[in-house]
Amino acid sequence: MIPHQMVWLIFLLPLFSFVIIAFVVRPLVRPESRIAGYITIAAIGGSLALSIWALFSVMAAPHHEIPVPDITWVVIEDGVTIHLGLIMDSLTAVMLIVVTVVSLMVQIYSQGYMHGDPGYHRYYAFMSLFTMSMLGLVLADNLVFMFVFWEMVGLCSYFLIGFWFHKPSAADAAKKAFIVTRLGDFGFLAGILLLYLNTGTFDIHELHELAITGVLAGTVLTWAAIGIFAGAVGKSAQFPLHVWLPDAMEGPTPVSALIHAATMVAAGVFLVARMFPLFQHSTEALTTVAIIGGITAIFAASMGLVMNDIKRVLAYSTISQLGYMMLGLGTGGVAIGIFHLFNHAFFKALLFLGAGSVNHATGTFDMRLMGGLRKYMPWTYVTFVIASLSIAGIWPLSGFWSKDEVVISAFASQPVLFYLAMITVFMTAFYMFRAVFMTFGGEYRGGAPDAHGHGGQESHHGQPHESPRVMTIPLIILAVLSIFSGLWNVTGHFGAFMGHGETHGFLEGLFHPFTLSLPWISLILAGLGILLAYAMYSKFWISAERVGGMFKPLHTLFYRKYWFDELYENIIVKNALFRGLFGGFEQFDNKAVDGAVNGVANGVIASGRAIRYAQTGQLQLYGLFMGIGILAIIFVIYFFG
Amino acid sequence: MIGSGYLTMILFLPAAGAVLIAFVLSNREQVIRWTAAIFTFVPLALSVILFALFDRSPEAAGLIQFEEEVLWIAPINAYYHLGVDGLSLPLMALTAFLGFLVVLISWKINLRVREYFAWLLLLETSILGVFLSLDLLLFFIMWEIEVIPMYFLITIWGAGRKEYSAIKYVVYTLFGSAFMLAGILSLYFTTGSLSMLEIGNQGLGLVQSIMPAAAIFFLLLIGFAIKLPVFPFHTWLPDAHTDAPTAVSVMLAGVLIKMGGYGMIRLCVTMFPTVAQQYAVILVILAIIGVLYGAAVTMRQTDFKRLIAYSSISHMGYVLLGIFALGRVSLVGAALQMVSHGLVTGLLFAMVGLVMHNTHERDLRKFGGLARQIPVITVVFSIAGLASLGLPTTSGFAAEFLVFIGSYSSTTVPWIQGYTILGVLGVVVTAGYILWMLQRVFYGPPLEQYDGTADADVLEKAYMFALVAVIMLVGIYPAVITDVLKLGIAPVIGLLGG
Repeated sequence: MIPHQMVWLIFLLPLFSFVIIAFVVRPLVRPESRIAGYITIAAIGGSLALSIWALFSVMAAPHHEIPVPDITWVVIEDGVTIHLGLIMDSLTAVMLIVVTVVSLMVQIYSQGYMHGDPGYHRYYAFMSLFTMSMLGLVLADNLVFMFVFWEMVGLCSYFLIGFWFHKPSAADAAKKAFIVTRLGDFGFLAGILLLYLNTGTFDIHELHELAITGVLAGTVLTWAAIGIFAGAVGKSAQFPLHVWLPDAMEGPTPVSALIHAATMVAAGVFLVARMFPLFQHSTEALTTVAIIGGITAIFAASMGLVMNDIKRVLAYSTISQLGYMMLGLGTGGVAIGIFHLFNHAFFKALLFLGAGSVNHATGTFDMRLMGGLRKYMPWTYVTFVIASLSIAGIWPLSGFWSKDEVVISAFASQPVLFYLAMITVFMTAFYMFRAVFMTFGGEYRGGAPDAHGHGGQESHHGQPHESPRVMTIPLIILAVLSIFSGLWNVTGHFGAFMGHGETHGFLEGLFHPFTLSLPWISLILAGLGILLAYAMYSKFWISAERVGGMFKPLHTLFYRKYWFDELYENIIVKNALFRGLFGGFEQFDNKAVDGAVNGVANGVIASGRAIRYAQTGQLQLYGLFMGIGILAIIFVIYFFG
Repeated sequence: MIGSGYLTMILFLPAAGAVLIAFVLSNREQVIRWTAAIFTFVPLALSVILFALFDRSPEAAGLIQFEEEVLWIAPINAYYHLGVDGLSLPLMALTAFLGFLVVLISWKINLRVREYFAWLLLLETSILGVFLSLDLLLFFIMWEIEVIPMYFLITIWGAGRKEYSAIKYVVYTLFGSAFMLAGILSLYFTTGSLSMLEIGNQGLGLVQSIMPAAAIFFLLLIGFAIKLPVFPFHTWLPDAHTDAPTAVSVMLAGVLIKMGGYGMIRLCVTMFPTVAQQYAVILVILAIIGVLYGAAVTMRQTDFKRLIAYSSISHMGYVLLGIFALGRVSLVGAALQMVSHGLVTGLLFAMVGLVMHNTHERDLRKFGGLARQIPVITVVFSIAGLASLGLPTTSGFAAEFLVFIGSYSSTTVPWIQGYTILGVLGVVVTAGYILWMLQRVFYGPPLEQYDGTADADVLEKAYMFALVAVIMLVGIYPAVITDVLKLGIAPVIGLLGG
């Protein structure tokens, strides 16, 4: 049984590492030193060890939950008290493993990738803080505390996406990520307010209790759940707030790996899972989650089909996979959605780190300039293919198991979404292997034309070569995890740990899918996708240009990302709001509001000027006016009095 | 009772320093600066001591502490009456804190130094006086004195259309205080007392009023609404801020406009609880307009200082919302927002002044890439900006969050949930203009003309880190201040019948 001080330490360790790097290392140590990286790796390694300890303790604990005492944060009156407390249950334990494993791999990898960057210390400082925020988020036991970490996750990704802030595109992407997700946070905050008004508590356990017993129900519950889901839509880049994630690749690639796999986007899915009892008791809310998830899955996959930038392909695949997770949560429950998150974390981190490794060698992310890299970078190639097979859902890799569960549960409750999900299976396999063949197949096409055109570290070194071992070892570890992580639920143990499902034998579970028809269909679809990619991008039996030309309108629609960026940035933000509404307010403020103030002042001056002429100083005139006045008064009294 | 005489010392030490600088000391700049520093540091130290000694037990709710009372003008029953409760104590400490920091911020002023510091110190005394007075006459006198140093500080040490802005400030303020004086006189003739405590405790309902209570309420309110400022009485603020010297902007945004919010709670709500409840909905609507409209107009600004000035209008909307939601939590939130905004916007103005001073530029369109050239200023500016957009772990979050939950769960105003949600929407726009401002000034490729721009020196680092430390302290552990504020708010809630 893990002592509760150790639970606190899980997220405090990276915080210490942040404080030490920011306030001691960065001012005092020269920038070439690798000490910041070692401190971060040690801290997150410590968190990982504690997380493993926590996982085993939770597995052994009754109801899979360990109580942790909390601290009082603020008291306004007897009724309004906000505590800082931690939850240590199965959901948290699994998330802790995901976050610490992926983060540790990314930090080790970054030792190679970020070496020599002038912002090296700053990089590790924010990476520590980022990891700490995400760990805090999964541990938090009330909505306020959770919202605090939620915002800090957003803040850290703002700083890390904009890490190379001298590039305008990076600064833009960072700002976009923060503001778009904040739009979702608005819903989250509104949901929190609504829950507080109706229950008087922020405590997650109490809220679960109230939802389960039916005290919290009806429209209040639905709207609160939808508000919370709005926050998740922003953070997890679901339609229609997905636009920030593809741009977020402006950050260093290991940052993308972390954002796409274990932190930031995972936060949204986690939030829905954490508040699941609320969703469970509102059919409308749960259906909303499923529909948004299903739409996002196919919508993002369609854009992934046509991108030429390897990181963009991966970004759209993340959005699409997050859609699967939401679909899994919406139709099947916590265990299914989170299981996919768990598996996805490893293979997606691997894919991004692989893309970073490729970039390290070629100096570009444009797949049209790559090709033939399997000869030069065997480790990167092999691990990348493993991850691609996994995400495509090929038996018995991890992606197969969790995606299969999502598809089956969709089939049971939302047939339309099921068909969308099946088409997405085909698309996923196609775009992933399109990327594999374009990057690693054929002959090398020369890499970046201008070697130093990219900011920061991302420059190439002539002939492509395999990355150093500090980068390939994390790839190998993640590849092993991508193969085996799915086996956890082959026996049904993951589901049982998360609270439902039965367990059975390993071999029975391993071959069980082949006795059903659905897994066969999805395997065949995935195989067809891979085959089509092979035909188009490896053997060139089918011309990609001709196909693109044949479906010109569709191709343009996907390639221009359904014009969502234009709609949001140009039409809504720049014209309707900034030029239109806000500009109108500004004019109103200057002309009408301030104009009235100045008008009153000018009016007083003008009337003073006019009345001045009455002050002539001639007594006869004053006498005359006095007489007229007296007569007027008499007149009025006589007639009206 | 402990602390008798301490408040007088806090109140009049800056003024004594002003007299010393103006009439006694030799005109050597270094002597004047050090004198100003000492005569503002001691009140700060005393404020900190009083803050620590303040009785925080639940029995102290509503009690006035460190009270001093001397009969002043017997025929009209006017007293020299000072004291602090949970509401005024943090505002007093904030004033003393910023009062000291603005002396450091002004260290590099070298135009008519003697006059400058004399006015600056007098300004501090007058603001402290507003927060410490418990007698309406003393309150009003302090309220009026503040205009004079402001006028001279803006016209002589300002920039741009400084004469216009200064006279606009003076006339606008006096316009408001004329109504306020009428309100105070009506109160006096109705109750025969000038004591805020007596009037507050007895309430007006018992006495036959010479005019409707609502009329007195609005007479007082107009003065405070102009000061806060409340839409549509806000247009003096951007002008005054834009043209004022840095230190004056810090005082103006930091504490001066808080006099409006303080007055609303202390006089309007406390003395006229039923009227406040009756008309709260109007003020809540104005608050929401202030939040959203202020944020929208902020977005459009191209002048660095004017942008921060407009953001204050938006942020003060949350204060107004919290006050007139009339809930216990919302009022604590509003008071905390006043303190938080004082710290955060004080820091923002100090940083804007520093950037403008070091680059000789104020047009946002001409900035870019300063992060490379002035890294320390960039970091602190970013923290201040994030606090302004209400990021957790900064005071801005704690304050806005309390305003939101307090207002949302308030029961006084119909449809308050809808108004609050609209107010929450302001947070998104705030993120927009703050991040866009940071991007325009600090990010992007470094520009040649700013090579060699000076970063913060030791003195500047000292005051900016001090402010950052307090902002983070309040953000991470808001109970430091809310424990005090809730004692001040408790009696108000009692009057509202909550």
